[in-house]
Amino acid sequence: MNSEKYILIIGAGSDIARPLAYLYAKAGYGIYLASRNIEKLNRDANDIKLRFNVETQAYKFDVTETAVHQKFYDSLPIKPIGVICLAGTLGEQKKSEQDFTKTKNVLEVNFSGLVSIIHIVANDLEQRKEGFIVGVSSVAGEKGRKSNYVYASAKAGFTTFLSGLRNRLFTSHVQVLTVHPGFIRTKMIEGRETLGIITASPEEVAKDIFIAQQSGKDFIYSKWFWRFIMLVFKMIPESMIKKLDLK
Amino acid sequence: MKITNWGNYPVVDAAVHSPESVDELKKIVSSHPEMIARGLGRCYGDSSLNYTIVSTLRFNHLLAFDEQTGIIICESGVSFSELLEIFVPRGWFLPVTPGTKFVTVGGAIASDVHGKNHHIAGSFSNHLEWVKILLGDGSIVQCSKDENSDLFWSTCGGMGLTGIIVEASFKMLKIETAYIRQRVIKTKNLDETIEAFEANKYWTYSVAWIDCLAKGNSLGRSALILGEHATKNEVGYRYRNPLKIEKRMSIPFPFFLPNFVLNSQTVKIFNEIRYSAYVSKDSFVEYEPFFYPLDVISHWNRMYGKRGFTQYQFVLPKESSKEGLKKLLTKITESGEGSFLAVLKLFGKQEGLLSFPREGFTLALDFVISPTTLKLFNELDILVNEYGGRLYLSKDVRMTKDVFEKGYSNFNKFSNLKKKYDVQQKFQSLQSKRIGI
Ligand SMILES: Cc1cc2nc3c(=O)[nH]c(=O)nc-3n(C[C@H](O)[C@H](O)[C@H](O)COP(=O)(O)OP(=O)(O)OC[C@H]3O[C@@H](n4cnc5c(N)ncnc54)[C@H](O)[C@@H]3O)c2cc1C
Ligand SMILES: NC(=O)c1ccc[n+]([C@@H]2O[C@H](COP(=O)([O-])OP(=O)(O)OC[C@H]3O[C@@H](n4cnc5c(N)ncnc54)[C@H](OP(=O)(O)O)[C@@H]3O)[C@@H](O)[C@H]2O)c1
Repeated sequence: MNSEKYILIIGAGSDIARPLAYLYAKAGYGIYLASRNIEKLNRDANDIKLRFNVETQAYKFDVTETAVHQKFYDSLPIKPIGVICLAGTLGEQKKSEQDFTKTKNVLEVNFSGLVSIIHIVANDLEQRKEGFIVGVSSVAGEKGRKSNYVYASAKAGFTTFLSGLRNRLFTSHVQVLTVHPGFIRTKMIEGRETLGIITASPEEVAKDIFIAQQSGKDFIYSKWFWRFIMLVFKMIPESMIKKLDLK
Repeated sequence: MKITNWGNYPVVDAAVHSPESVDELKKIVSSHPEMIARGLGRCYGDSSLNYTIVSTLRFNHLLAFDEQTGIIICESGVSFSELLEIFVPRGWFLPVTPGTKFVTVGGAIASDVHGKNHHIAGSFSNHLEWVKILLGDGSIVQCSKDENSDLFWSTCGGMGLTGIIVEASFKMLKIETAYIRQRVIKTKNLDETIEAFEANKYWTYSVAWIDCLAKGNSLGRSALILGEHATKNEVGYRYRNPLKIEKRMSIPFPFFLPNFVLNSQTVKIFNEIRYSAYVSKDSFVEYEPFFYPLDVISHWNRMYGKRGFTQYQFVLPKESSKEGLKKLLTKITESGEGSFLAVLKLFGKQEGLLSFPREGFTLALDFVISPTTLKLFNELDILVNEYGGRLYLSKDVRMTKDVFEKGYSNFNKFSNLKKKYDVQQKFQSLQSKRIGI
């Protein structure tokens, strides 16, 4: 039951967290789950422990409470070999346009708060010259649309942050993986109509992340075909994009 | 969202809710006038269909496991396939399992599923320590054989009509290996088949593949398959870790087969081939091909084409089994409506108000849904009722209220308990409306 390698999942309330933790637990990693809803995380942690006989711990953690991030990291009994950031929030675009506190929260959860915790982990891994950092960003960050550009711009910032960090940590042998999912059938988009065949299940995305991380990749789309969808989408010039009614 | 169960018929456009926690579940139950629970949709027809569906698939946490006693506590959306993957390597097996591992614990309780060991182990409800159910009024009630037993016996086999099962506890079976010691006995006709069942009833597992197209003197010829969990001593020298089995890929059936492919000719050929492929012998086989021969091909139901199919499964009381089976089999072979799969099994005694099993023989046959097969079913219904038998609700999609009531003598008792526990009649399926419960 004693695990030597641990992964830390930030935003473990995501539907992707449990299938992802299963894959790592099956491979023998211990699991730290961190996000705000601690009751849910405790239930998940117990389930993972029973299934795979690996050490699993749940922590109450808020991405926006940056003041306590260092203390949180210091409290982990064994430092993780990798961190996977799933935390994110879509916010409500219309409200964000009127109320900066709403905008600020979207920017913090998707970007600046993650920068805080990732830098803390990155500094440790850099010294240890090992490990990995996985950031789940979004295809939304590749182009602004009126329906969600606050969220999208935070994701754009996050993607750029990860690419710079990758460059910095290259010589320390720390892997930085950026994941750009398309649509995922999770509670984030519950009730929204998305095209069935291009919407991935949380299990599929978890598998994509696990395989890409274990094989040392830098960047992936999930599902893979989003690469082509985005290629076409990004070819449309801004002068045309601005006229479209993009949902 | 378009939803259909294993038989691909009917297809309904339903609102599907997938709660993750009890709180979310309670909100859904209180805010909808009518709904039905659904697990992995492995019932064949409309038992888990309605216009509002509560899917339990995200409700799949393990909550506790006692390595000493084998008693497990889990949420209702945990699947049998997950349990096998986790517990077989640790030396535990399901106490009762249906012919597919892709069912949820909730579905197994609601259908009170039976396995090839029914004559010895009874149905799934027999192994339950307790069940927790969310009732229509939002309360969660624990029940067992000793506690709120009326709720327990109406929930086991109750087809989701008493409430939503949220948690259950049951005892797993200790095993030494993941292998089954198998014996195959081929019989020439129905009399021989029935005798062979009787003569071999001390075997834990038994089931017969019956060639339902063989006529005359060969009517009811079968391959009877018997099994026991193999011990370490029996297989030990062959395998380094006898609890571990290499994972196999499941091959998906890629598309709906055009309707003309499966006709009485091809089905006959298939039955011939399968009957002759079996040879009477003993061997050791992995548990998966023994219990779940069809799960190797995921979505094999697509083989039947888009028109949909159903399984006609009935049980006849022991006293009338032999005569009744002959009558029914003759009727089926005469109709020329071939069945791809025909499975015969001996049941032991059984409790539960709507539980399907009762002491006697059960026969299950797969058929494409068509006007001619529907006509055949109506004729078979009459015989089943005449011989005092009944049909399995979990496989049914067309039974009438009358046939149901004749077959399930406890239906009145059940209806009264349903009224007691589901005052607002929140839990209903298309099936329950059809048969009037
Ligand atoms: C290939 C194949 C072989 C089979 N072999 C056998 C066999 O050998 N023996 C046997 O007994 N059965 C057999 N079955 C039938 C199957 O075991 C049952 O239909 C089982 O109930 C399916 O479970 P599910 O999780 O898919 O439930 P569903 O099909 O989704 O639902 C079945 C019933 O359970 C209810 N239900 C589901 N979850 C809950 C819950 N949480 N609370 C309350 N009610 C709930 C539904 O309302 C519905 O009435 C077989 C089916 C297939 C496809
Ligand atoms: N769903 C999609 O279609 C889609 C598409 C592209 C990208 N993504 C990205 O994929 C990731 C996972 O998303 P998801 O779809 O699983 O969404 P989700 O269900 O909303 O999960 C995100 C999780 O982040 C956690 N979180 C939110 N705010 C937090 C905070 N302040 N501190 C700590 N944790 C916080 C939440 O858990 P707690 O409530 O427990 O805190 C929540 O469960 C996100 O980064 C999302 O942007 C999703």
